[in-house]
Amino acid sequence: MIEARAVAAPAGAPANAPVAANDEPAWVRRIVIAVAIGFVGLFVLVPLAAVFGEAFRRGIAAYGRAITDPVALSAVKLTFLAAGIAVPLNVVFGVAASWAIARFRFPGRSILITLIDLPLAVSPVIAGMVFVLLFGRQGLLGPWLSAHGIQVIFALPGIVLATTFVTFPFVARELIPLMEAQGAEEEEAAIVLGATGWQTFLRVTLPKIKWGLLYGVVLCTARAMGEFGAVSVVSGHIRGRTNTLPLHVEILYNEYEYQAAFAVASLLVLLALASLVARRVIARRVETT
Amino acid sequence: MTIEVRGLSKQFGKFAALDNVSLDVPGGSLVALLGPSGSGKTTLLRILAGLERPDAGFARIDGLDLASQSARQRNIGLVFQHYALFRHLDVYENIAFALRVRKRPRAEVDARVRELLALIQLESFERRLPSQLSGGQRQRVALARALAARPRVLLLDEPFGALDAQVRAELRSWLRRLHDEIHLTTVFVTHDQDEAFEVADRVVVMNHGKVEQIGAPAEVFEHPANDFVMRFLGHVNVLDAEFADGHARIGEVRLAVAEHRGDSHGRVYVRPHDVEVARTRADGAIPARVVRVTPLSGGLKVDLSVPALGSRLRADLDWERGTALGLRDGDDVFLSLRRARVFAQGEAPVAAVA
Repeated sequence: MIEARAVAAPAGAPANAPVAANDEPAWVRRIVIAVAIGFVGLFVLVPLAAVFGEAFRRGIAAYGRAITDPVALSAVKLTFLAAGIAVPLNVVFGVAASWAIARFRFPGRSILITLIDLPLAVSPVIAGMVFVLLFGRQGLLGPWLSAHGIQVIFALPGIVLATTFVTFPFVARELIPLMEAQGAEEEEAAIVLGATGWQTFLRVTLPKIKWGLLYGVVLCTARAMGEFGAVSVVSGHIRGRTNTLPLHVEILYNEYEYQAAFAVASLLVLLALASLVARRVIARRVETT
Repeated sequence: MTIEVRGLSKQFGKFAALDNVSLDVPGGSLVALLGPSGSGKTTLLRILAGLERPDAGFARIDGLDLASQSARQRNIGLVFQHYALFRHLDVYENIAFALRVRKRPRAEVDARVRELLALIQLESFERRLPSQLSGGQRQRVALARALAARPRVLLLDEPFGALDAQVRAELRSWLRRLHDEIHLTTVFVTHDQDEAFEVADRVVVMNHGKVEQIGAPAEVFEHPANDFVMRFLGHVNVLDAEFADGHARIGEVRLAVAEHRGDSHGRVYVRPHDVEVARTRADGAIPARVVRVTPLSGGLKVDLSVPALGSRLRADLDWERGTALGLRDGDDVFLSLRRARVFAQGEAPVAAVA
């Protein structure tokens, strides 16, 4: 998954400031441009082409078979299910956390800001292992969970937990600077005009932050679907049951089914490309509102 | 609707934004809270609107304690300094907001919004977003939005602060006319004394979270309660003086002071228009030299050096007097002080005559 994140410009910042004519000699410019394009070509375009080349190596029929295989389809379903639970959870958490951080001064505020970034700093594998330690059979809560017949690790709840943990910074990180820049005056105006807290949120706050929120949701979704490390630890790799798309790709690859592995991988690449396009479009709206 | 404020105090950390403030706003009047920044004007407004909670004291509107109602229930019109218009809503929906959240019938909302659009003369702008309006137009939309639900009182925070001089002047007189039409009890905050004097019936001069003086504009200007009010309202010459046996000694000049209680050392205040300039020496006149003559609207500003007082002095002359004297830089002249004021600490002003 692509980790680079475009920073949404604060409201009112000019989108395309005129670039000053530079005095560099032409050959310097050419070399710099060539290096940039060469680098992107070597590390992004060539692998991208390789994925699709390998996926279609044995023709469209084989490609179709690979992605309609019941095990592959169940991996697709599980991936969407996990993202479909984790992303809404993170939207609720992200909006609440950004609201609290941008609007209130409370003890522990700076700790909260730091902790929100924790999943970006910790290796996902470690995150997965923490969940195993907590919820696994030998884990802290393990005995209690098994006594009540709840399985977390090697099951959907574990995958959702791991995905949620890894992706929870995305919405909050997008909204905190946006809400801090926008201030609270409009909300104050709404309350003085007689709006309830809920009306204020729906009629004033949400419209103000909607593009930033959507941007965060896209980032969050892309990461949720592509997450490998943390999910790998908690899923148990049970074919057709606890395999997400990235895990399925790995299994196919390990079994030397290269064509099938790349066919499934191409689905992930398409998801990534779609989210890139969505990000471009939404980022422009964030800048203009 | 009468506003009654008693003993309001508000502390932000160690900073006392309001310190035991009491004042009355008679129903239907327009009152200006006038003071430098940090004097507590805006805090007072925000407490009335319910956006801040006072540490002590209370405010009532027509006898009803405001603390018993949340900001939402108070139905107070508040116009923010930077308007705080809803950026995603057009002019029409901004004005309609208070009625929409009250779930009023569509026809009633429409009638009220159209009425207000006519009042602020922006009928053809109803579909514009705030970002497509000029500063003066935004200000009027903010006012219309605040009036939509027929508030009990109207509060305006630096309503003209962010506008350029000409728009300011137009809006000021427009606000005054509007108030004369609808007679809504109105409190507005300003740091501009011209603005306060032109628009308000009564002026509340504030400083460091305290009320320094309350009165009609002319009253406050003519009879400042203390040296702060004296210095804050218009230019004033401040002279260091020693007081003894009914006189103030400033440099080599002695002024008769009717009565002075307090320190032996203090200050004497002289308004520029109370400095009389003459070509010929009269009895008791003070010699001075013209440093610079500057034309002002309606007269001349004359900067004078006065060795006898050990300081510089500013005199304002009207056109007639100014042209009759024909002053030039470097001319020698003679001054007399029509009126000088002395303030004893915490006591009423003491009249002083040269």
